Amino acid sequence: MRYLDEFNDPALARSLLDDIARRTTRPWAVMEVCGGQTHGIIRHGIDQLLPEQLTLVHGPGCPVCVTPLETIDRALAIAARPEVTFCTFGDMARVPGSHTDLLSVKAGGGDVRLVYSPLDALHLAEEDPARQVVFFAIGFETTAPANAMAATLARDKALTNFSLLVSHVLVPPAIEAILSAPDCRVQGFLAAGHVCTVMGTGQYESLAARHHVPIVVTGFEPLDLLEGIRRVVTQLEEGGAELQNAYARAVRPAGNPVARRVLDEVFETCDRTWRGIGAIPASGWRLREEWAAFDAERRFDVGGITAVEPAACRAGEVLQGLCTPTECPAFGTACTPRTPLGAPMVSSEGACAAYYQYRRLEAPVIR
Amino acid sequence: MVADPSNWSCPVPLRHHETVVLGHGSGGKLGAELIDHLFRPAFAAADGAVTDLGDAALVDLERTQAGGGTGGPRLAFSTDSFVVQPRSFPGGNLGDLAVNGTINDVAMVGATPLALSAAFVLEEGLPLAELGALVSSMGAAARRAGVPIVTGDTKVVDRGHGDGVYVTTAGVGLVPQGVDLGPHRVRVGDAVLVSGPIGLHGIAVLSVRDGFEFGADVESDTAPLHGLVAGLLRARVDVRMLRDPTRGGVAATCNEIAVEAGAGIELVESAVPVPEAVATACELLGLDPLEVANEGRLVAVVGPEDAEAALEVLAADPLGAGAARIGSVTATHPGVVVARTGLGGSRVIDLPLAEQLPRIC
Repeated sequence: MRYLDEFNDPALARSLLDDIARRTTRPWAVMEVCGGQTHGIIRHGIDQLLPEQLTLVHGPGCPVCVTPLETIDRALAIAARPEVTFCTFGDMARVPGSHTDLLSVKAGGGDVRLVYSPLDALHLAEEDPARQVVFFAIGFETTAPANAMAATLARDKALTNFSLLVSHVLVPPAIEAILSAPDCRVQGFLAAGHVCTVMGTGQYESLAARHHVPIVVTGFEPLDLLEGIRRVVTQLEEGGAELQNAYARAVRPAGNPVARRVLDEVFETCDRTWRGIGAIPASGWRLREEWAAFDAERRFDVGGITAVEPAACRAGEVLQGLCTPTECPAFGTACTPRTPLGAPMVSSEGACAAYYQYRRLEAPVIR
Repeated sequence: MVADPSNWSCPVPLRHHETVVLGHGSGGKLGAELIDHLFRPAFAAADGAVTDLGDAALVDLERTQAGGGTGGPRLAFSTDSFVVQPRSFPGGNLGDLAVNGTINDVAMVGATPLALSAAFVLEEGLPLAELGALVSSMGAAARRAGVPIVTGDTKVVDRGHGDGVYVTTAGVGLVPQGVDLGPHRVRVGDAVLVSGPIGLHGIAVLSVRDGFEFGADVESDTAPLHGLVAGLLRARVDVRMLRDPTRGGVAATCNEIAVEAGAGIELVESAVPVPEAVATACELLGLDPLEVANEGRLVAVVGPEDAEAALEVLAADPLGAGAARIGSVTATHPGVVVARTGLGGSRVIDLPLAEQLPRIC
């Protein structure tokens, strides 16, 4: 199968691993930002096969994990309203809010629908004008264009029963925040491939230059991940600090101009609080004033939300790469996918879920 | 008493749910908890003995008053309900599943299926033409399998209370003397086999439920497997146990086997047969083929010396085309299933939690 079998080839993977091992002469810490990359690495056992001196630090690139608790609670309150049909990606359905989650709201009678795209929600709004259809618009730059497009289509169709609950987050400010932290030990980055498909590579060039760190735009299949790692390690060993694109089959320097235009039309930058990390300035997108009619936050008054995070959850430290999931005392005991304390244990891209699912036994590696 | 959650001693009780949630029916962890904590204690016998409540029960026909088996003929008895939506999908319909599914549960304990019952809960307003098509399929499936539907029941509920039609089938069969299949027979070193390519049924249903186009049409693999089982037993292959990987897929089945046998299972990812169309669909949606439902496949644990012979017997039957050895029973990590990835790394294959959720990005 195109792009799948070739990028999983064990022989090519082996030769990339050997190359990485040859080049690595000192300890290095490299962060992969995107949760999808974290899962790919853990699922295929790539971190087990890399040289000991190379540490992969898992970054905050799981949008489900970093959606503020208050936003989740707001979503839950809206979803519980009898007139609302609340549409969401599947990942968000089990994320724990302060007291409950969307699947439990559904079981309790709320009209919660799992959809694959905001356009599914748009169709529901068209089909049933009596219902207030809300789409939970979370995600990084990757999912934002479709949400922006849903807003423009809703405007074109003059829908009055469709709105978006927006909580988009941006990658470059997160990298900036991580690099600016006093205890930062990350020396190189694998940039999120699909974010760059949309936004291009310009923002990362500037980050690499200002902070003097190598950044390599990386894909998601095993060979993509290994090639990204190989290029970062090569730069680190040679003292390089450039932006490189190792995912050229999907990423162009200018990104996707059509997507960027519609993003600019619909969204504006805002400050955003990242769950577990805290406030990062200018790190989010919200609907522009002229799109207020489609803003679920304004349409539904669900005031008085007090977010309560479980004390034992160390999601924030995991998301910043300051501790691994297995170092958290609640991991696998009080906190499991069945009874999650925090989002990283429930999201399909969460680091804790990846470790629990694939790694909690530390099964032997066949080298 | 048994329904009081505060009494349950399991460290992870069902405290989070006070109502039934969809996950309770997915063949994964939530469902297993419901059985362990609600049904089994409630159905305990007068003497306190708790039944297995496994796929098919074995009833000793010559049970003496003192209790305990006599080694005589055993009746296999199984039941299953069928609620799949949509009711019709490429490769079959609810009726095919209702017949084949129960035949398979009976066959998995080594029994020759003898007869089926079929109970219908019909919703007022269901078109008789649709019911007719369903029932015709059931009759045809039963005749093809040589297992007659001999009794049944029909109830009708008010419009809005029944989702069209629910079918429950029960099946009985006889386990021949000398045949003893089950997790108690599994040994370290045993081979784990699958009778053919996986994931077809789940993807076939998804492809019509959510309107996906996956390129080639994926058809459900629904089929009765008692002939395949009879072939293995006739060839005197050393079969330790059989199980059909329905909801929760091969992942769920291997986890059940590992836990019940008290042993570990190691799978080899590259050895698991996955049709390209299934792999494509799973890639698109972020699903793991190991967790996708099958309705015409069995997982067999056989003695290591008989693995080759078993594969030959399976491959000789059209329903066993593409049979493969996918792993082994190990002494390490008892109760846990681990897969060796293509790159040489490893990952734990967990019991699926609930319904697989569509991915975000």
